[in-house]
Amino acid sequence: MSLLKLSITQLKALIEKKDIKPKEIVELYIKQAKKYQEKTNAFITFDEENIIEQVKELEKKLEKGFSGKLIGIPIAIKDNICTKGIKTTCASKILYNFIPPYDATVIEKLKVEGAIIFGKTNMDEFAMGSSNETSFFGPVRNPWDWERIPGGSSGGSAVTISAKQAPAALGSDTGGSIRQPAALCGVVGLKPTYGRVSRYGLIAFGSSLDQIGPFSRNIEDCALLLECISGYDPKDSTSINVDVPPYQKNLKKDIKGLKIGIPKEYFIEGVEEDIVKNIKNAINIFKDLGAEIKEISLPHTSYGIAVYYLIATAEASSNLARYDGVKYGYRAENIKDLKSLYIKTKKEGFGEEVKRRIMLGTFSLASGYYDAYYKRASKVRTLIKNDFLKAFEEVDAILCPTSPTTAFKLGEKTSDPIQMYLSDIFTINVNLAGIPSISIPCGFDKKGLPIGMQIIGNYLEEQKILNLSYAFEQNIGGFKYCPFEED
Amino acid sequence: MEFEAVIGLEVHAQLLTKSKIFCGCSTEFGATPNSQTCPVCLGLPGVLPVLNKKVVEFAIMLGLATNCTINKNSYFARKNYFYPDLPKGYQISQYELPICSNGYIIIKTKDGEKKIGITRIHMEEDAGKLIHEGAFSLVDLNRTGTPLLEIVSEPDMRTPEEAVSYLKELRQILLYLGICDGNMEEGSFRCDANVSVRRKGETKFGTKTELKNINSFRFIQKALEFEIERQIDIIESGGTVIQETRLFDSSKGITISMRSKEEAHDYRYFPEPDLMPVFLDDAYIEDIKTKLPELPYEKRKRFMKLYNLPEYDVEILTTDRSLADFYESCVKLYNNPKTISNFVMTEIQKELNERKCAITDTKLKPEHIVEIFKLLDENKLNYNGAKALLPKVIETGKNPSLLMEELGLIQISDTNELKTIIQEVLKNNKKELKEYLTGKDKLFAFFIGQVMKKTSGKANPKILQELLKEMLSKISIDDVDNL
Repeated sequence: MSLLKLSITQLKALIEKKDIKPKEIVELYIKQAKKYQEKTNAFITFDEENIIEQVKELEKKLEKGFSGKLIGIPIAIKDNICTKGIKTTCASKILYNFIPPYDATVIEKLKVEGAIIFGKTNMDEFAMGSSNETSFFGPVRNPWDWERIPGGSSGGSAVTISAKQAPAALGSDTGGSIRQPAALCGVVGLKPTYGRVSRYGLIAFGSSLDQIGPFSRNIEDCALLLECISGYDPKDSTSINVDVPPYQKNLKKDIKGLKIGIPKEYFIEGVEEDIVKNIKNAINIFKDLGAEIKEISLPHTSYGIAVYYLIATAEASSNLARYDGVKYGYRAENIKDLKSLYIKTKKEGFGEEVKRRIMLGTFSLASGYYDAYYKRASKVRTLIKNDFLKAFEEVDAILCPTSPTTAFKLGEKTSDPIQMYLSDIFTINVNLAGIPSISIPCGFDKKGLPIGMQIIGNYLEEQKILNLSYAFEQNIGGFKYCPFEED
Repeated sequence: MEFEAVIGLEVHAQLLTKSKIFCGCSTEFGATPNSQTCPVCLGLPGVLPVLNKKVVEFAIMLGLATNCTINKNSYFARKNYFYPDLPKGYQISQYELPICSNGYIIIKTKDGEKKIGITRIHMEEDAGKLIHEGAFSLVDLNRTGTPLLEIVSEPDMRTPEEAVSYLKELRQILLYLGICDGNMEEGSFRCDANVSVRRKGETKFGTKTELKNINSFRFIQKALEFEIERQIDIIESGGTVIQETRLFDSSKGITISMRSKEEAHDYRYFPEPDLMPVFLDDAYIEDIKTKLPELPYEKRKRFMKLYNLPEYDVEILTTDRSLADFYESCVKLYNNPKTISNFVMTEIQKELNERKCAITDTKLKPEHIVEIFKLLDENKLNYNGAKALLPKVIETGKNPSLLMEELGLIQISDTNELKTIIQEVLKNNKKELKEYLTGKDKLFAFFIGQVMKKTSGKANPKILQELLKEMLSKISIDDVDNL
């Protein structure tokens, strides 16, 4: 059997038994990553030399008795997570040459476990987008249909999994940016509880919503990655000081008696028929597995998009103020004075969608509008959060579609921002509430495109949604995450 | 028509924490540009702030010292504006819910004491500095992230003198608490003033202007005087004052327009999502309360009552907390408050001023002063000797008795020795002696002076006086030539 087919849990076992060396795995994935790069455009930076160097160092450390949970596992990193000495661009012209002098906390954690930082993945510029088309470095293409988008904003990370360009990846999720591309690419993606994973080193988009999370081929890998990157970080004041359970070890298939809520507001017009059909099928599987299914209501659901686009853009307008051409990144030429430096740099450095959101956010915070927009949105956000809290008094988890559609065609929605924003209609409220949610594959539509379903949990109940996912995965005999078999 | 001014002040006080407000970088002044920076204070992509707890403690200290309500639940906000000395494009400050509010301090005015309200005190980070060199502006971010407290007063002051009195009192409180060095030149204590004028008796405020960039008490006085005069002139000549921000030009002593209300920034404040709200419990606040030192106002009252000192003395003795403590230790060991006060205010203060340092920076101990006074009492030392001895004690920290002997400052009280010297002085100044004997009494002092000169000031003045008087009375004018 090809090594490429193995999950990281399987690879880990082989390395521990010394059946294979980290170098063999990494070289294999370098080959695969390069082979598909032209088609997928999944990577923005792929520094082969640096990767080989990391392997050499790892091998030296292994000789001295070093051990870890991810020895030699190549992990692709979304390009908004800072990597010391490796370019981190946020897929923006304004950071096209930015090399961080420090590692994000999650990168430090991966290194501690012996993982290999395996290239920086393409994304929507500053994580603003749902199709990966706003990248300064060009769109990413979906391996299930090269004419289609992979979802966004972590499109590159999702695609590295389904094209087997990497066995695992990290993404970030502000309004669905892990779960929606995971769904559209047929892979597993988890957004943890806000504060579960340190944001230190994640280039901010919407600070109160952003969260880093894993992409994987299966639930075991997802659980392992999550336990490696989670935990309190004194460098992130919003991180939660609660011990990290051994998610992978704790995985169990028995979900008898667990109550799953089905929110009626998530089965609305506009959701593709095939998606509803497959979700219903999944619900039946959960019933068979002994879970109790219950219809619930999240009455403020429909306000999510409006609230999100006020809060996320407000925070973004402030977070992106620092890109001014003074200290790092792109700086416009032929400037006359300070004002023209600012204006020209931002005008030339940011893409259309980013500018649109900066303007939206600036407006929602402007004096005279603050109360009507940002402040009111914050209040409605509390109502949305309370909806979930109330639901979790009755159920253990909530099940719904991840996205109303499967992967759409490149260019299909670029001219209509509102249509694009609606792609995140089922994922956004989870970020507003700060709760964990996983997207797992649950079938294919008539075109053969993957469908994802979302399992949402209460605060810090990642284990519960992982267990539900695990039971489902084991029951259906595993996920088909990759469209081609020739490797 | 008589006018009165309405003045409110905003003070920025840099806190004496070792590290910055949101990162571990040093706050020391004067280091090589950009050497005290890290990814966090440089505002690099992806970094997050972590609040320095010392800043919260200092803010509560000042809040308690200025009779404020300490808000047990406050939060940080972002103040958004663009400037190259502000690397994040926003300043982390407090807006809707500051840590302290509704306080007051008592100041001295020409009409007695007056209460000045404190609207709020909040925590924030300082910006960096721009250095303009020819066609370029250089950015130094060492100061970025230095913790500040912004103290906003009520518009309770009516004259420039009151404003200065308020600032001096506030500065002294900060110094007493040991949370700010009060250095106006280095910018650790900065002031903006809001000022308007109105006809006396009116209750409505006039249109205010904001004065920025005033960095000494003298300049504040001058800037306010100028601005009040300017506004009165406008109104008297039928015009209206425009709401605007004005800069004080200290070289010309005038204020000039910087930006109008229309050009004012919209800071787009919103709660800082990267920091948790600041929650305080009663026990924590109580604990800080018990650690507060005696404050200047209370100390002054106590000094006047306990030591029966004039207000002038108290004012000087309590300028600096360490000086006041020193004074009290001296009095405890040598119960003569006024004598010690005189010595501290004149001789010790002079030495400290020359050295530009605080008493705690010297080797001088209260025991030294007490010993000097004992030597004076025992006639071993005269006041001149004491004055000569003091700088040596300050420099060496040695025992004053030993130093006195080493330096040969012991007072000459021996009558025979003094008689010989007087004899010699009289002999060498026959002209003056004759004049004295023919009625020019004033020359008595001249002879004293001559003896002091000859003894390097060591003659016991009391004995010298007696001896000189006695000896002069025995000389007749005819004897002079035969001396």
